[in-house]
Amino acid sequence: MDATPSFLDQMIAAGHLVPTGVDGLYGRSGMFEDVIARFEAAVTDIGKDDGAEVLRFPPAVTRKQIETSGYMKSFPQLAGTVHSFCGGDHDHALLLEKIDTGEDWTQDQVATDVALTPAACYPLYPMMAAQGALPEAGRLFDVQSYCFRHEPSTDPCRMQLFRMREYVRAGTPDQVQDFRELWIERAKSLIGQLELPFDVVPANDPFFGRAGKMMKLSQRDQGLKLEMVIPVANAQPTACLSFNYHQDHFATTWGVELADGAPAHTGCVGFGLERLALALFKHHGLDVRGWPAGVRGLLWG
Amino acid sequence: MMEKIRELIDLHAGLPGGASEITDDTDLYRAGMKSFASVQLMLALEEAFDIEFPEEMLNRATFRSASAIGQAVGTLAPDSMAA
Repeated sequence: MDATPSFLDQMIAAGHLVPTGVDGLYGRSGMFEDVIARFEAAVTDIGKDDGAEVLRFPPAVTRKQIETSGYMKSFPQLAGTVHSFCGGDHDHALLLEKIDTGEDWTQDQVATDVALTPAACYPLYPMMAAQGALPEAGRLFDVQSYCFRHEPSTDPCRMQLFRMREYVRAGTPDQVQDFRELWIERAKSLIGQLELPFDVVPANDPFFGRAGKMMKLSQRDQGLKLEMVIPVANAQPTACLSFNYHQDHFATTWGVELADGAPAHTGCVGFGLERLALALFKHHGLDVRGWPAGVRGLLWG
Repeated sequence: MMEKIRELIDLHAGLPGGASEITDDTDLYRAGMKSFASVQLMLALEEAFDIEFPEEMLNRATFRSASAIGQAVGTLAPDSMAA
């Protein structure tokens, strides 16, 4: 029998994660949340002079947004839609009876207009399009949201509900690519100062199916996605940040235009906040009071 | 076969100028075909020629031009060469 508890078991035993009985769905301790808050504050400090528009959305988008964005084309396996009971008294009685007898009651649930947010930046694109052509300088946003992906796993780095902090740039191709380069350098400096080992590698999104295979290769061929990977709970290092260049994908999907009417380009840097917190606990210990002075100074100084 | 391929490119590649401007060797990506469109084109080719592209062919090179597509389809469905 393997006597070494998994990293997930260690995080649960330390009280940082509270199991719910569903893989990938956990409560968080005060200390875990404090690490995330302090990390986010460090990120905010780095970007403080950039003039980002700060926006926070609830962890949901409209079902229409999920349909229009093409999410169901690319990632149907990850999407979460919200369903509710919409019947009358008779249906209610049947519902309770089914629950009571252990029958499947979910078949009678009806799709609402709400879906769970798959990535923090999703609500921005239709909003930008509705607000008219971009100014010459483009736009820059700071968003953060809980995101949902249906991929139950016992890997603590693969939660079903997790937070993603993002800076999102919209503008000309040069503006977006400069933004991405800037954040790659900033991230290397920040993660280095947090004394975490990392690498920046070409990556792809988990596109679905055979068509997805082609999308993955195409994304890699064009260098559209880079990830900063850090070893956490597995032999393979975990992607904790990503640097994405969407070209004009979201802009043409939603109609986000430059001042001259051409489709804008967009890109984002995403911080996987739970993964970064997990990386810090993994490398520096389960009690933050024992973390290296430099790391403590950066986060709590 | 090439005529059918050009027809499918016109329908699915999403080229801003349609397929009328392209030759067999035009780089479809440079002409404006997006990744999503290339996937639609791939699926349409599979249906039209009753073929299935193996994983090693699901890359940008296979769908770069009408002639590259013709070569790939010819490999998978030799009978269609005459069609």
